[in-house]
Amino acid sequence: GKDPNPIGQTEGSKWQKPRLSRKSLMKCCLVKWIIASTTQQGPGKDSSDSDLELSMVRHQPEGLEQLQAQTQFTRKELQSLYRGFKNECPSGLVDEETFKTIYSQFFPQGDATTYAHFLFNAFDMDRNGSIRFEDFVLGLSVLLRGSVTEKLRWAFNLYDINKDGYITKEEMLAIMTSIYDMMGRCTLPSVRDDSPFEHVEKFFQKMDRNRDGVVTIDEFIETCQKDESIMASMQLFENVI
Amino acid sequence: MATGVAAWLPFARAAAIGWMPVANCPMPVAPRDNSKRQDELIILNVSGRRFQTWRTTLDRYPDTLLGSSEKDFFYNEETKEYFFDRDPDAFRSILNFYRTGKLHYPRHECISAYDEELTFFGIIPEIIGDCCYEEYKDRKRENLERLQDDQEENKDMKLPNMNFRETMWRAFENPHTSTMALVFYYVTGFFIAISVITNVVETVPCGSTANQKDMPCGERYTVAFFCMDTACVMIFTVEYLLRLFAAPSRYRFMRSVMSIIDVVAILPYYIGLVMTNNEDVSGAFVTLRVFRVFRIFKFSRHSQGLRILGYTLKSCASELGFLLFSLTMAIIIFATVMFYAEKGSSSSKFTSIPASFWYTIVTMTTLGYGDMVPKTIAGKIFGSICSLSGVLVIALPVPVIVSNFSRIYHQNQRADKRRAQKKARLARIRIAKSGSASAFLLSKRNGVLNELLELKGTDEDEQKLTRSTCLIESQHHHLLHCLEKTTAHEFVDEQMYEQNCLETALQTFPSRSPTISSHDSSVGTCCGCRIKRNTPLPNASTPSTHPIPTHQGPLQELSAIHIQCADPPSQTTTRSNLNLKTDDSSRINCKGGRITTAIISLPTPPALTPDGDGLHGPPQRRPPPAPGLPAAPSIQTTTSSASTNIVKVSAL
Repeated sequence: GKDPNPIGQTEGSKWQKPRLSRKSLMKCCLVKWIIASTTQQGPGKDSSDSDLELSMVRHQPEGLEQLQAQTQFTRKELQSLYRGFKNECPSGLVDEETFKTIYSQFFPQGDATTYAHFLFNAFDMDRNGSIRFEDFVLGLSVLLRGSVTEKLRWAFNLYDINKDGYITKEEMLAIMTSIYDMMGRCTLPSVRDDSPFEHVEKFFQKMDRNRDGVVTIDEFIETCQKDESIMASMQLFENVI
Repeated sequence: MATGVAAWLPFARAAAIGWMPVANCPMPVAPRDNSKRQDELIILNVSGRRFQTWRTTLDRYPDTLLGSSEKDFFYNEETKEYFFDRDPDAFRSILNFYRTGKLHYPRHECISAYDEELTFFGIIPEIIGDCCYEEYKDRKRENLERLQDDQEENKDMKLPNMNFRETMWRAFENPHTSTMALVFYYVTGFFIAISVITNVVETVPCGSTANQKDMPCGERYTVAFFCMDTACVMIFTVEYLLRLFAAPSRYRFMRSVMSIIDVVAILPYYIGLVMTNNEDVSGAFVTLRVFRVFRIFKFSRHSQGLRILGYTLKSCASELGFLLFSLTMAIIIFATVMFYAEKGSSSSKFTSIPASFWYTIVTMTTLGYGDMVPKTIAGKIFGSICSLSGVLVIALPVPVIVSNFSRIYHQNQRADKRRAQKKARLARIRIAKSGSASAFLLSKRNGVLNELLELKGTDEDEQKLTRSTCLIESQHHHLLHCLEKTTAHEFVDEQMYEQNCLETALQTFPSRSPTISSHDSSVGTCCGCRIKRNTPLPNASTPSTHPIPTHQGPLQELSAIHIQCADPPSQTTTRSNLNLKTDDSSRINCKGGRITTAIISLPTPPALTPDGDGLHGPPQRRPPPAPGLPAAPSIQTTTSSASTNIVKVSAL
């Protein structure tokens, strides 16, 4: 006669008597700990294998002729660039941490890691987490031997963090903040908290012609070509190599 | 700047193009690279073995012999190679340093030969890599100790001009130096032995007379023993006073352990002389006599082994203390257990827990006197557990602890060494960083001077100054300068920054620092810097034209700065990372260091008179062609502060 589960219906889910099944056993933390401590060898072995793998990864660059064709460097320049590169990174690849360390050493007073991160992404064109010699030398070719338009395009690519073709205020603010971070604390005048923001505002005032809140590549190139000091400074590092 | 990173400088400079569209000011001119040499192979002939490397590899370290023009002295015109008459094996590691940036110490190499090679090639040993640094330091220390031992042996030869006091002290410390000292040494040893034997014998019962029971010899032959004691104490007193007289530092001597032992050994006698034979104090007097046994410790001057044992115990004190502590714990546990186990039995000797301590100790050390024995079954069970655990607790760990002592002791020493080395390393890295930062600031001021000289048109002076900074340094500084222009802020060093903060916090008049107040718009700033350079600021009283120091105005002698600009920064700047010397000439403004709340109290560097007021430009300054002379006082003042800095930082 009596309704077997008067409460169950109102609650919606029945309380089940726990059964000692394998599934429920595995949920016990003690069991999990025992299993984990006894099978510790397994993961250890795997990680050592993967260590072995990683240490053998190395990258061989494309041939000298191909690089000569792709970039504007002479043969000798490519040779000396590669020697320097390979000396610093014997495996042929630069990962982001190494890159940040190297770049930070040029700016001892501030913190260059954020800007180094953006720079790394600008060089690592295929987004695989490491810079190969080809990325390195292609980037350098644009920066040192490219035309002004190409250089401006590269700069635009640097500022455009998500590579969608538009520079938003947030992206520019991130870049600007990272540049100001490189100055460090001891500057004259002191870097105020809104200094990057003001700088970004000025930048957008100059570059954003149609006031739509983003800067496109054409606006950027056009505005820069009209500004004499920017054009002059673009030629500054012609003779670096 | 760190070592191998020079190879990445062209990359960092190229990447600086990313700042250009963002900057609102024109960028400074890049330094000219006059040497348009293509990279070429250099042949280094070291005693017949030829090494070849690229020229740029050697140029990485311009402070060393191979990286600078000093190697031109070794150039052999006929064979077109550089010939060095040195050890080719040692040269391998030196050349590897240029190639890899890390200096290694080959273990088979003799330490002094290696040091000589490093000194010849101008490489500082501190940059030896972590992998080899400890070994290098250990070997060096051993060598030094050996040299010191040799020196000490040589020192034992009598120096001609030692006064009587010094001779006596040396005689006391090293008995084998003269016959007198040897005699003295043996005499005191003899009397120490006599004194100890006397103390022992006077308690022996010496034959009984008819009507009295056995009494100790000391009471029977009181006079004889008293005379012996007096004689010994007199000798000891004389010895102590002589040592006190001869000691080079009396205060230190009085604090030393041996002198305390001496005092404790002879004091009971004098106290006994002074005190009367009062009943109350005689008990205390008897206690004092116990201290006479300390005379035996005077033997440690005569025995090297005793001293070593004492030193070992002292150094292992913490381990011994831990052993004692764990034993105490076990004793308390077992004593408590035995007490409660034996509580039930009648006529039990275990009257209290402290009384059970004695049983526990005797059982655990497996002595087993048998004066206290458990009677209940539970007591016997726990008693047997106690004796078994006693074997384990005492017998097993002792050898382990003994070997632990030596292991932990050496490990601690190594850990301390590593800690000190790490501190020194971090300090060195910090100095290198700050060195490069301050090198940049210094070169900025020099840049100003350069521009003014260009205006003046004296080519010679300009050459003298520009030649001094090497190309890589100037390129690096140019890069930092571009960053300053992009963000429209300038790098300053720590002291100036704090000063500036203090000023802006405490002072409010606008006329204070016009350049600060005009920093509302970042455009105005950087261009304003350039323009305002040539206008006299209201608070500036001297012909300095650099914007940074003028902010300080009346606080410092700005004339110091223009002298400082005149001194050639090359030696200190470029050696800053290798030489542990900070380029402290940039700190000349803030020699006082700490900023106090009274702004006025910054001490100014002495001996530099300002060259008149107003802005008169370079002609009023002391002519740079002789920068050494007027700059000398400034260098001296800075090196004094620099040297104090060095001492603090590089103390291992």
